[in-house]
This record gives sequence, structure tokens and C-alpha cells, in this order.
Amino acid sequence: MKRRFSDYVFRSYRKRKSVNAAMVAALVAAAVIALIPLVSVFGYVLQKGLPALNVAFFTELPKPVGETGGGMANALLGTVTLVFLGSLFGVPWGIATGLYLSEYGRGRLAGVVRFSADMLASIPSIIIGLFIYALVVVTMKRFSAIAGGLALGLLMIPTVARSSEELLKLVPEHIREAGLALGLPRWKVTLWIVLRGIRGPITTGVMLSIARVSGETAPLLFTAFSNRFWQRGLDQPISSLPVQIYTYAISPYEDWHQQAWAGALMLVMLVFAMNLLTRLALSSAERARK
Amino acid sequence: MGLAVLLLAIAFFLYRAAAPALHKLGWSFVYSSVWDPVQDIFGALPVVYGTVVSSFIAIIIATPLSIGVALFLTEIAPRRVGRVVGFLIEMLAAIPSVVYGLWGIFVLAPWLRTTVEPGLKTALGFLPFFQGPAYGVGMMAAGIILAIMITPTISSISREIFSAIPQPQREAALGLGATRWEMMRLAVLRSSKRGIAGAVILGLGRALGETMAVTMVIGNRHEISASFFAPSTTMASIIANEYSEATSDIHIAALVEVGLLLFAVTFIINSLARLFVSRSGNR
Repeated sequence: MKRRFSDYVFRSYRKRKSVNAAMVAALVAAAVIALIPLVSVFGYVLQKGLPALNVAFFTELPKPVGETGGGMANALLGTVTLVFLGSLFGVPWGIATGLYLSEYGRGRLAGVVRFSADMLASIPSIIIGLFIYALVVVTMKRFSAIAGGLALGLLMIPTVARSSEELLKLVPEHIREAGLALGLPRWKVTLWIVLRGIRGPITTGVMLSIARVSGETAPLLFTAFSNRFWQRGLDQPISSLPVQIYTYAISPYEDWHQQAWAGALMLVMLVFAMNLLTRLALSSAERARK
Repeated sequence: MGLAVLLLAIAFFLYRAAAPALHKLGWSFVYSSVWDPVQDIFGALPVVYGTVVSSFIAIIIATPLSIGVALFLTEIAPRRVGRVVGFLIEMLAAIPSVVYGLWGIFVLAPWLRTTVEPGLKTALGFLPFFQGPAYGVGMMAAGIILAIMITPTISSISREIFSAIPQPQREAALGLGATRWEMMRLAVLRSSKRGIAGAVILGLGRALGETMAVTMVIGNRHEISASFFAPSTTMASIIANEYSEATSDIHIAALVEVGLLLFAVTFIINSLARLFVSRSGNR
């Protein structure tokens, strides 16, 4: 069935022209269709979330079932806590992996590490949640902020590793050589010269992965669980914004739906702002390098 | 550098937690279609079916769409437009899954129930897929949400592949008198089949494991139904949905076993995709 180029030439020119126009139109349509959900999601989140955002949303605890009002203050604080715990654990590991891959990563072992990082990045996040459940929650015999933080941290490792590896590769070789020529040992060159020089872009990479994990719900469901009150300690269940949105969204109460939309607005804004900032920071960094 | 160890640890701990179910249920777990936590009978067939069908719907919708987007971005759009649209498509990937779920419950599902599904029923009602009452939430809603979520994945990889094709190859086709579309077919699509296959497999991997949005719109019912309108459940969503209600140890173990199965499947799928698309900057 392989057609040769001449088959195309000998078809009538007018037909070819109209096929071309139709296909180009279809491609433009594909781009437009792909953007419809984005516009719709944004539109609804703004339209339904904005009216529900008020001071109480940021300062108050959720009200008991049946009472209207209240807010998600504990969930906001919970998300900050969880993401902080996650970064504490995921960022150093991620950057270390990135450093290893870019500075020392040759041979079979590096191949294995790279493969594992790729696989870890593509494991469904709920599996990470199950793993932490089996490892931490079962051992501690309760849901805890630590477990949730660990799950988020694990999710951060591959993204941080990949972005830092790629950024580290942009550091010119002669900078490393200059350091080595001064007689510094390899690890000092790596930490003090290479890593230092590219601190800024790596930070933006980290911010981006933070934005990503702060919207994660699945791994928190049975690690951090949720909590209707202020958090009591890191070894206790803790509420988080995404889990709260989930519980509110599948609840039958109109008031809770509104709060879910407001929470979604917060999440979307956070993610959008982070992405935009990163994009700007990276492009200006690239321009400066040229 | 313990990432490989970590991966093994994940497999090991999942296996250990699933062991009671593995021993008690044996192979019936895979082929039995009864999921009855009250009597401790767990058959994952409906769950697997729901996962496969919802991902399949997603792939059917997302593949042509994503390739179209990628072609638009690399071959048609002026650079400025391409940059903006490219960024917006990436944003589509950045929206948290739970937000898609919320949108799915309150926007997509009602729309499907009142407009799309009745329409499909009158037009294609002779097919078993488009029969039965239109619930809104169900297989179809899940498939569409998944399609939206994997479109950025497939299109960004295809886009990378298309832009790696040397410009002279395009110019050669145009120089021989090909129209723009013929150029895309001959010079771009034909030489990137392998890469596109890899991109689609990666998208499939993402669709199989997607949890929250699917849980929120699929309806969570353990029955195999030919109709796309009927509620169903997937491997990821059954875990999310039943974990808090699981009381008996064997129920929890069965859920972990579902997780283990999902882990194995996504692992295989993603290794396969990796063979097709070798990561840029690998060497």
C-alpha cells in the first residue's frame, strides 16, 4: 500500500489543493478544540470560585455539617506544611541525583539510575501513596503529616532530578576545568562552583515541582488523611487543600461545593503563577547566556 | 542514588501488603468478576475492564487531537502564536487532577447527560456502546477527562519529535511540488511513526494510572457493561474510593493487590514507551 510521490503529483491539482486546505483547517481546529477545556475549566473556576472567596475562607475552620460558612484555613496551612515536609526530603535527594547524573553519570550504573528515575516519574501517584501507607502508616499505626510529606517528597525526586540534571549540563565545561586546575577536589568543584553557579535556575525547577505536588490528592488520601481541625503535630492526620476539595466536591451540600470551587481557584492560580514565573525566569536566564 | 533501591522497595512493600490477598484469592482475582467486600470475594475483572476501556476511549480521542496540535504548533502556527498556544497546552497538563474532577462533576457530566449522550443515542444507538440510560457520570465522562489530561503529554512529545526532523527534508518535499499537507504526511509524519507510537504509549501509561479526576466522574460501580454511558470503575479509582471504607484486612490486601497490578502494568507500558522515545539529552 506504499504510495509513491508520483501518485500525489498525478492526482488532480484542484483536489490536492482542497485536501490541503481541509487538513490545515482541521489542524487549526485541533488546536482550538484542545484549548476549549482549558478555557472552560478556567472560566468555571473563576466564575464559581471568586464569589466564594472571602476572609472566612482564609481564616476559619470548616463548620460542622449543616452549618454554612467557615473556611479552609486548616487545609491551607496543612498543604503548606505537607509541601514543606516533602521538599525537605525530596529536594536534596532530587538535586543529588541530578548532580550524580550530570557530573559523574557514565556507564551502566548511571543507566540504571536514569531508568529508575524515569520509571519513578511515571508511576501513578496513588501507587506512591499505597507504598507509603504500607511502609509508614502501617508501621506507625496512624495517618500522619510525616507520611503525607514523604509521599509528596517521593513524587518530587524525579522531576527535581531531571530539571537539575538538564540545567547542570548547561554549565560550560571550562568552568569545571578552571576549578580543577586550582587544585580543588572534584566534589568541591561540583558543590561550590558548578552547583552554586546555577543555583537560580535550579530553584525555579524546584518551585515548579512544588507547584505540581501541591495539587496532588491521590497520594494524600491514605497517608496524610484529613482533619477537620488545626493540625496537632506532625505525627497526626493533617488536612490539605486538594483532599478538602475532593471531599467537598463529592459531598451533597451546595455550600461545600462553593468552597470546593474556591479551593480549586486557589490551586489553579498557584499553579498558573508558578508556571508563568518559571517560564519568564528561564527565558531571561537563557537570553542572558547568549 | 538509591532510586533503583527505592523502586525495588516499592515493589517489595506492595507485594508484602498484598500477600494475604494473593494467597487467599490466587488466580481467581484476575478472572473473577464478583467484587463483594462483605463476603470477602474479590475479583478484579470489572476493574481491569473499566481501566482498559476508559483509557482506550481516551486514546482514541486524544491521539488524533494531539498529533493535530503538534503539527499545528510545528508546521503551521507562526512562531509567536506557537509559543503562546504551546504554553497554554502545557498549562492543561499543570492543572491539578482534582480540579479536573470538580469540573467533570459539575460541568462535563451534566453536559454529557443532557446534550451529548442523548444525541449519540439517536445517531448511533444501534451500537451496544451507546445504549442505556444517560447518567452523565460514567465511562464516557472518564474517557473524555482522561483524553483532556493526556493530550498535553502526547502532543508535547510529538512536537519534540517533529521539530527534530531536519528542515531540508521538508523543503525537499515542498520543492517537489507537494502541498503543505502532503509535505506533512511525507516528510514529517512518515518519518516519525515510531516516535508517535512511543508518545501514545506514554499517554496510555498516564491514563491508566490517573486517579482523582476519574474517581470523581466514573461513578464507581463494579459491573461490566457494554454501554459507555454506564458507570464503571478503574484500578486507580477503586483504591482511592474504597480505602477509607475497607475494614477487613483481606479487603485492604485486595486493594493493594490491585495497586500492585497497576504498578506492574504501568511499569511495563512505560518501559515500552522508553524503547520508542529515547529521552533527549540521553547521550
